[in-house]
Formats: sequence, C-alpha cells, structure tokens
Amino acid sequence: MNQIRSILRAGARATEPTSPRRLGALIGGGALALLGLTQRSKSGLAMAAAGGALVYLGARVDRHPGVLVAQSSILVNCSPQEAYQFWHNFENLSIVMPHLESVTVSSGGRSTWIALGPMGSRIVWDAEIVNDRENESIMWQSLPGSALFVEGTVKFETAPANRGTLVKVEMRYRPRSGAIANAVARMLGKYPNFVMRQDLRRFKALIETGEIPTIEGQTHGPRSKVVAALRVADPTRPIRPESQVREVLNAMRRIA
Amino acid sequence: MKAVCWMGVEKMSVETVPDPQILNPRDAIVRITSTCICGSDLHLYNGFIPTMEQGDILGHEFMGEVVEVGASIRPEKLKPGDRVVVPFTIACGRCFFCERQLWSCCDNSNPNYWIAEEMMGYSPSGLFGYTHMMGGYSGGQAQYARVPYADVGPLKLPEDVPDDKVVFLSDIFPTGYFGAVNCDIQPGDTVAIWGCGPVAQFAIRSAFMLGAERVIAIDRFEYRLRLAEKAGAETINYEQVDDVVQTLKDMTANVGPDACMDAVGMEAHDDSVMYLVDRTKQAMRVETDRPIVLRQCIKACRKGGTVSVPGVYAGFDDKIPMGAFMNKALTMKTGQTHMMRYMKPLLDRVQKGEIDPSFVISHRVPIDEAPKMYKMFRDKQDHCTKVVLDPWANGAKAA
Ligand SMILES: NC(=O)c1ccc[n+]([C@@H]2O[C@H](COP(=O)([O-])OP(=O)(O)OC[C@H]3O[C@@H](n4cnc5c(N)ncnc54)[C@H](O)[C@@H]3O)[C@@H](O)[C@H]2O)c1
Ligand SMILES: [Zn+2]
Ligand SMILES: [Zn+2]
Repeated sequence: MNQIRSILRAGARATEPTSPRRLGALIGGGALALLGLTQRSKSGLAMAAAGGALVYLGARVDRHPGVLVAQSSILVNCSPQEAYQFWHNFENLSIVMPHLESVTVSSGGRSTWIALGPMGSRIVWDAEIVNDRENESIMWQSLPGSALFVEGTVKFETAPANRGTLVKVEMRYRPRSGAIANAVARMLGKYPNFVMRQDLRRFKALIETGEIPTIEGQTHGPRSKVVAALRVADPTRPIRPESQVREVLNAMRRIA
Repeated sequence: MKAVCWMGVEKMSVETVPDPQILNPRDAIVRITSTCICGSDLHLYNGFIPTMEQGDILGHEFMGEVVEVGASIRPEKLKPGDRVVVPFTIACGRCFFCERQLWSCCDNSNPNYWIAEEMMGYSPSGLFGYTHMMGGYSGGQAQYARVPYADVGPLKLPEDVPDDKVVFLSDIFPTGYFGAVNCDIQPGDTVAIWGCGPVAQFAIRSAFMLGAERVIAIDRFEYRLRLAEKAGAETINYEQVDDVVQTLKDMTANVGPDACMDAVGMEAHDDSVMYLVDRTKQAMRVETDRPIVLRQCIKACRKGGTVSVPGVYAGFDDKIPMGAFMNKALTMKTGQTHMMRYMKPLLDRVQKGEIDPSFVISHRVPIDEAPKMYKMFRDKQDHCTKVVLDPWANGAKAA
C-alpha cells in the first residue's frame, strides 16, 4: 500500500504542478496502470540479487573493478517530452529497474537511491542533478562522501521521420571500497549493459503501452523442480524471495 | 479450471489448475467456448521447439466470452459479456511495429524478449501457449484464459454466427489467407501449395479468392487431397510421383508455378535419403528443422517468382539452395501471421456467406480427450484434419 501511494505521489510530482491525473497522459495508460503494476510489488525482495542467478553467478569480483559502466539505448514511440518527464522523476526508475528498491526525491534536485545488493544487503547513496536540459538530457551524480561514486546521463533525441525518441543512458559506478565494489558488481551482474537493456525495454513498454508485460503470477500446470529452478534463474530479474535456496543453487549448478 | 498441459515430449495431460487472473491493467479474462489443436502445437508436442516447460498450458486458437477486464480497458473497447475470438499473436497496438500493422512483430508483448533476442537478433511478438522464448503465456486449451492488451487483439463477434464458423479466425484462416497474400498473386498465376493440412486448406481457398488461375496442392494423405480438390485445386500425391519438382514442371509447361507456398514447415516428411539425414540431425538436435519442402519450393518456383512460407521454422536449416534462390531472382515472404490485418475482413466474408470455415473440422471432442487427439492429429489417423475441443463438455462424447 505504501508502495502504491509513493508511486502515485511520485507521479504527481513528475508532472508538477498538476494532479495524478496528468500522469495518465504521461504514461498513456492511466494512473490505474501504475496501480496494476504494483501487483508485481518488489517489497520483500530482501534476499534478492539483481540480475538473477545467471548473471549473479558470474559476477563474483576478486579484484577492485575500478569503474563499472552500464550503457544502452532504445527507441521509444513517444515525444522527447514524455520520455524526459518520466525519467526526470527518478522515483519512476524503480518501476522499470528491478535492482532498485526505491528512489526518493527530495527538494533541490536531490534524491536517495536504495539498490538491492547480495544477501539482503542494500546499497544506499544520495545524488543530485548536476545538469538538466528540459526534454534533452539529465545528468546526475552522487553527493561527495557517498559509499560509491555514481554518475548517470540520459539523453533524449528526436528520431527522424516521426519514429519517436532515442533514449541513450549511461551509468558509471566507482565504488570506494572492495566490499562495495563486490556488491555493485553483483547488483549489475556480469553484463551490466544487458541489465540496462532489460531496464530500458521495461521503460519503453511502460511509456508506450501503460504497463510492463509479464507472466509472473499467471496460472499453469504442475512444474518440475528443475524447471522451477531454471525459472528462478531468469537473468532478467532479481531472484524472487519466495524461491527455495536449494532451487536457486541447483539452477546455478545447471547453468554453470 | 481444466487446462491442457505440456508435461514433456509427447506427454500431454489435462490438469486442474487455478483460474487465470488479471495481471496487468489491459488484460481481460475470457471464458472459452471453443478451442482447437493446431499443426503448430504438434511441433511442441514432438519437442522440436526449445524453451517449453513442464506445466505449460498450450493452445492459441480459442474464442469465448469476456468475463472480466482490467482497469485500463474502456467499455466501448471491450466489456464483460462480449463474445470474442482471440488472435494467437499478442500485440500492444502502440509500438513502431503495431503502428505499421506488423502485429506479429510487436516489440512490447514478449516479457522474455531477451531469449528470442539471443536466438534471432530481435524478438517477435508474444504468442499464446507457445514456448517461453515467445513469452511463456499460458494458452487457451483451457476453460479460461488471460488475454493481454485485450483492447487490441480480440475481435467482437455478432451472436448469430456459430463458434464453428468463426473460431478459425483465431489463427488458421487468417494464416492461410496471409500465406496467399504473400504469394503476390497476379491474374493468370499458378500457385503450388505444399501440405493439405488446415492451414493449406484455407490457403488454397484464399488463393482462389485473390485471383489465382490454378492451385496445385501437394500432400500424401488422400483424404486431405480430396478436401483440396473440393475447393478446385489440382493435386499431387507426392508419394505416387518420382519427383515433385519435375511433376510441377510437367504440369506448368516447363514454366514452373508463379508462387510456391510452404504450408508444412519444420517437420516435413519424405522418403528420400535427405529426409533421413535431416531426421537424424533433428533427433540429435544438430539441425532444428527438416526443410524438405522449403528446398522443393525454391527449386520448383519459376524465375522471378515468390516463395511464401507460412509453415513454422524454429532454428537452423541445412542445405537451403541459396544458389537457386539468388540466381532465379526469387522473393521470399514469411512470418507469423499479422492477425489483426485480416480478422475483420475475413469475418465479413464469413458473414456474407462467401466461405464457411467449418468445412475443415473433422473432430469435435470434450477437452478431456485432448491428449488422445494430439496423437491422432499428429499421426493423421481417423481422417483427422482439425480438432475442436469443448472445454465444458462433461467428459461425455460430444456430437
Ligand atoms: N505462420 C503462422 O502464423 C502459422 C500459423 C499456424 C500454423 N502454422 C504452421 O503451418 C504448418 C501447417 O499447419 P497445419 O495445422 O496445417 O498442420 P498439419 O500437420 O495438419 O499439416 C501439415 C501437412 O503437411 C503434409 N506434409 C508433410 N510433409 C510434406 C511434404 N514433404 N510435401 C507435402 N506435404 C507434406 C502433411 O502430410 C500434413 O498434411 C505448421 O508448420 C504450422 O506450425 C503457421
Ligand atoms: Zn495455430
Ligand atoms: Zn506492439
């Protein structure tokens, strides 16, 4: 419930100074679409490791990784303005990025980001917008003194011949300690660009259709244990909290 | 509810599973009144398409009554009580591809986009009951189904046309029609169609609708060839001729068919050495498909002609005669059917009495008999052409 309220609040702020009804226009599916989305609630994902077992597995970092970069781009069937408005409210990002538990925006362009690390840990940092060009680009950075240095850039370009908006994102992470480095590496998985591409696909789907496609929670017949394990290892999303540890381990073994 | 579940290769079973629920705001739940087994399901039954999981509910040819809609579906689009037929391709209606009527290439409807992306570069649309690579959506051989983007796909039906006449608007009628459209038929054209299964039967009739002069249909089952003849096609029983390509040559004064259609797909049958090679490779999973018909289509087609491929292929194919394809300047057109282009116009044709699609039905049975029917349809026993399942018959043999 909290989650729902915060998303609606977030939406309202995104399109200041109007009511949540404006949000409907923003995502093209009505504010209720967001309510629907929250059925896929991420609450209780404490045990989660972003990126799923497949990427999680390979993500063990032995040495200090230096800078980790996640970048990707996508063509979205919307105006630069719509894309910009969604992105400008960082709170929206946790809807499309499963490894983000939440982003909370406070006044003055500041925000607090909480990401899911391994073994129920959380990585927290504060950030601020350092460059903001309406409908063109946003650049943000973690505040000095954060456990890790994060720098993000998103650019919105009008595609030719009414083909929508080209959204290009780059996020750079420079952890300040080995432990954080490990956590971040696991959060991003072995293929940070892959994870970013999945995030952008969800973003595109949400903007274009008002929802994120899913089969999570659909009915089906009896599954085998092995199959259940493989499903748990879906590298596009965090390991689900309800999953059995043994299933996860088995899945990892099979995939490795 | 009851649902037909894939429990492994050649293992189908009717299970009691939870009723489907609305998961997204543009979903609807449909109470299914008629549902069919498709030739495409046989590829899954035989285990030739990867990323199936035990417990998957099959079925992508269904119709019924809307019983619930999600919060974003406006009543003028769809509401409980509406009678609908549901297309097997799932499309969002808002992406680049949907806007260009390339419905089966929808960019948003596959939640497992990345799996298909790995194999094909980019993912086509999600499909009902058709592998996790294609979205993993539970299918419609069941009493109820969840239909995503329900304000785009389902076609509302008038009350006065019986299920039998409209249920095939869910796939095979539009698919046969699409196959014929892809033949780019010009006045005077001869179209050769491999396969006389349900898809081909609609393709034959569609080719005539679109102005073909002659249709030559090829299969080995006499009862299916007879059904093709009823529509006005000439036929070749490929087991009774030495060489299909030569026979077509003889039948077309050495010109060749203007268009060749592969309505068979990845599990073509033959008695040549090449067939045994393909079969072995397929069994060893070295080659995913047996492209016997595709090879013949390319070789038989006249210069500058068109090869249309509604038959399903899954992966990799050996010994495609690329030299013939290139040097004869052929065109190939294919794809899962862009359903929403054709459903409404074809419904109109049904209502005008131009065609009665129920001609293709050979068996009507309660859903409980689905596992048996899969085998019968696969082995073409009992003159099986098309099976329609009744999800609500109480296990009793339906008429
Ligand atoms: N593109 C699409 O959207 C779409 C939709 C539905 C079905 N399909 C595909 O269409 C194909 C046919 O479906 P169906 O329901 O008619 O299946 P079916 O199994 O009933 O029919 C296949 C027919 O091909 C015949 N055949 C096999 N080998 C042959 C050969 N060498 N030469 C000539 N005929 C041969 C068989 O005897 C059989 O009659 C399948 O591959 C199916 O997956 C495609
Ligand atoms: Zn089908
Ligand atoms: Zn689409």
